[in-house]
Amino acid sequence: MNEQELRGLIADVKGGSLSRRSFVRRMVAVGLTAPLAAQMLAHSGVAMAASTPKYKPTKAGGGGVLKMLWWQGPTLLNPHFAVGTKDQDGSRVFYEPLAAWDDDGMLMPVLAAEVPTLENGGLAKDGLSVTWKLKKGVTWHDGKPFTADDCLFNWKYASDPAAASVTIASYKDVEVQKIDDHTIKVLFSKPTPFWADAFVGARGCQIPKHIFEPYMGDKSRDAPANLAPIGTGAYMFEEFKPGDLVRGKRNPNYHEANKPHFDAVEMKGGGDAVSAARAVLQTGEYDFAWNMQVEDAILKRLEEGGKGRVDITLGGSIEHIQLNNTDPWTEVDGERSVSTSKHPSLTDLAVRQALNLLVDRQAVEDHIYGRTGKATANFLNNPERFASKKTSFELNIDKAIKLLDGAGWKPGADGIREKSGVKLKYVFQTSINQPRQKTQAIIKQACQKAGIDIEVKAVTASVYFSSDVGNPDTYTKFYTDLQMYTTTQTQPDPGIFMNQFVSSEASTKENKWQGRNITRWKNAEYDKLFLQGEGELDPVKRAALYIRMNELVIENVVVIPVVWRGGVAAVSNKLSAPLSGWDNNTWNLKDWFREA
Amino acid sequence: MSQYLLRRTLLAIPSLLGISLVLFTVLAMAPGDPFGELAQNPAVPPEVAASLREKFGMDDPIWERYVKWLTQMLQGNWGFSFVSRVDVDILIMQRLPATLVVIGASQLLALLVAMPVGVYAAMRPYSLFDQIATTLAFVGFSLPTFFTGLTLILIFSITLDWLPFVYQSNVNATGWQYYWEHIRQAIMPVTVLGLFQAGVLTRFVRSAVLDVVRLDFVTTARAKGLQERVVIVKHIVRNAMIPVVTLLALQMPAVFGGAIVTEQIFRIPGIGSLLIAAILANDTPVIMAVTFVFACLVILFNLIADLLYGWLDPRISYR
Repeated sequence: MNEQELRGLIADVKGGSLSRRSFVRRMVAVGLTAPLAAQMLAHSGVAMAASTPKYKPTKAGGGGVLKMLWWQGPTLLNPHFAVGTKDQDGSRVFYEPLAAWDDDGMLMPVLAAEVPTLENGGLAKDGLSVTWKLKKGVTWHDGKPFTADDCLFNWKYASDPAAASVTIASYKDVEVQKIDDHTIKVLFSKPTPFWADAFVGARGCQIPKHIFEPYMGDKSRDAPANLAPIGTGAYMFEEFKPGDLVRGKRNPNYHEANKPHFDAVEMKGGGDAVSAARAVLQTGEYDFAWNMQVEDAILKRLEEGGKGRVDITLGGSIEHIQLNNTDPWTEVDGERSVSTSKHPSLTDLAVRQALNLLVDRQAVEDHIYGRTGKATANFLNNPERFASKKTSFELNIDKAIKLLDGAGWKPGADGIREKSGVKLKYVFQTSINQPRQKTQAIIKQACQKAGIDIEVKAVTASVYFSSDVGNPDTYTKFYTDLQMYTTTQTQPDPGIFMNQFVSSEASTKENKWQGRNITRWKNAEYDKLFLQGEGELDPVKRAALYIRMNELVIENVVVIPVVWRGGVAAVSNKLSAPLSGWDNNTWNLKDWFREA
Repeated sequence: MSQYLLRRTLLAIPSLLGISLVLFTVLAMAPGDPFGELAQNPAVPPEVAASLREKFGMDDPIWERYVKWLTQMLQGNWGFSFVSRVDVDILIMQRLPATLVVIGASQLLALLVAMPVGVYAAMRPYSLFDQIATTLAFVGFSLPTFFTGLTLILIFSITLDWLPFVYQSNVNATGWQYYWEHIRQAIMPVTVLGLFQAGVLTRFVRSAVLDVVRLDFVTTARAKGLQERVVIVKHIVRNAMIPVVTLLALQMPAVFGGAIVTEQIFRIPGIGSLLIAAILANDTPVIMAVTFVFACLVILFNLIADLLYGWLDPRISYR
């Protein structure tokens, strides 16, 4: 899909022949994030009004207690130190950002009076600044007013390296100015196409200046409010026991009328995913449970209890197989898979294409992931699949054999194909996780039929996903031929996601294997496109660049996508809880209500 | 007596030191680090994890970290959790009551079941009652707690819907209702742990009583014309208790181990579930502290057992 086609589609949306939602879906399908898709529409003059979630209650309160289960409970409640989603979800109960991402990638103003656009003058034409108008009359839970000074403080607080906040990347390269008490201006050092990062979503939650000011930088750990938040959210803090319980009560002075519905919220931690699913779906003891990493067959059986349903939000998480471009078996200067080396057989495109044909995605979807993972042919989903529901991926062993024969890989005496002494024998690693081991088995079987020998290897997740420099089994070292894991694209800006194929990001000993390019694939055209994308201000042109980059990745079989995995939550049938694949689970807690 | 107490306490110090040294080394050498999740998130620059590691002193050599940990510990500073950044002693104090209540109640239940059943079975060995009691005792300690826990949940929470299976530290009720809710949610975990213990204990009580029942002084007591009740309680049981008390104390580690699993299943906010969460998150200070608390408790219970020994058997003196 090129720029013209994109513009055509946008015109369709404008003319009304294509709905905004299906446009966004199609863009997500070609590998863009929903927020970028929404930005394209906004830039082309299609209003970026977020779909207001339906909210029926006509008065605040009266909903009783909302009981939620997080099988790993939040451990700290400061959004600037929230490491995992569980901590972000917990802090989000009390804190709010200026704007949040809904499921279609639209920005929804929360503490902002409106979403900045070119029309309302919020966005600078040169991409160097964005002006946020803050909502007036918002107060912190202790009654103090929320003003531009608080936003300025959050910028300083998060960008201080001494504090080592996890939000630092969103704030360190910007400068924030106060225009008046309810207007701030965010200045970028270079033209920035994706401006909605600082002050938006999970990393945009605002903490009060008057509470946290004495605890900046080094002293950040000592702030009592780290454990007893004072925010602007719909619920006020009541009790917190790390890993066990977060409790809040209704904020009577909330800045939106008739909200929230519940008198109190409770987030209970601990236990395991299956019993959490049970408590919501089968016994109805709880209203909501997070991250149901449970086999779909079990979820389906629990759903028969009739108390709840499974809600799947498809963000951008792809379970995929990476093909090593470098030689993992020769050590050079204390390092294997050196980025300058070449893999003896996997650099042959025919072998890569053959492997791609040997992955039975449909079987993986049907027998392993069920509703929680959709088979996918492209690294990021294929547009035709949505348009025509036609599956374009296939398991074709004969075609794979033909490809390999054609490229000169002939079966040896042991049935394993070889060419000039190089055998098609691969070690295929992943983390220990039942669905993954099942997937490995399916792939191994198909490969065997085509004369490729696969040795499967499974590494404990705590080792595999660690950044331990001394351990050879981490995924960033990639000291095997093939490996499989899920890459997540929860960042609204696809730029952060796409940098994992840029040459300069290659994971090496020098950068302590922290480079994002783990396959160490190098392609000059891709690098050029990526560089262009970083500075391109027209979202449509930028989108076209990213789509082309995706195509390059797929054409060259840099990775083999397997399934598109969704975020899975268990929700009580009586609960209306709008979720989003682009923001936290509790991003919109203020709009949750129980049907009468 | 007080001298004995002092000597025992002093003797506990090297064992605790040894325990802490082994724990610390194993943890330090184990793979994984608390900031693994940060490293996986492309939106967090690697410098953040690096500076956190430096700030928390994780890049220092192991022995240096151990000495630092030990000196702080001796000064009563337990350190703070890498994950929640809360002081470890606060975390433990939040969790300890739930664990003690559940373990205490289950031990009590175990005793209440094991004592009468064991004694009665031993008084009538190989009777029908004894056969049944023995069989049930074997079933009791052969079934692991995670299995009985899940079975109870399936029966009483899911099928019958009588009891809740998510334990809540805060209960939204007052007066009698408050206590009732607490008891209701504690029934299943206490039963699981209690019956597991009762199985082992019953067997021990039975064999201890059997040993005593044939001794001459019992016959003498009976010949004196003492009531059977008095013979059993004052003469038999008191003497049979000596080995049982030791066993009770030596069983404490197993009880704590069972409690870790049970707490996880029923979501009891005790130190066992804290330990599991800390291990999953590679939160070294918390793991150290919790295992250390467990070690102290085990040593403490051993001491208590030895003291009880003397009270039960005056022949044993403390020198």
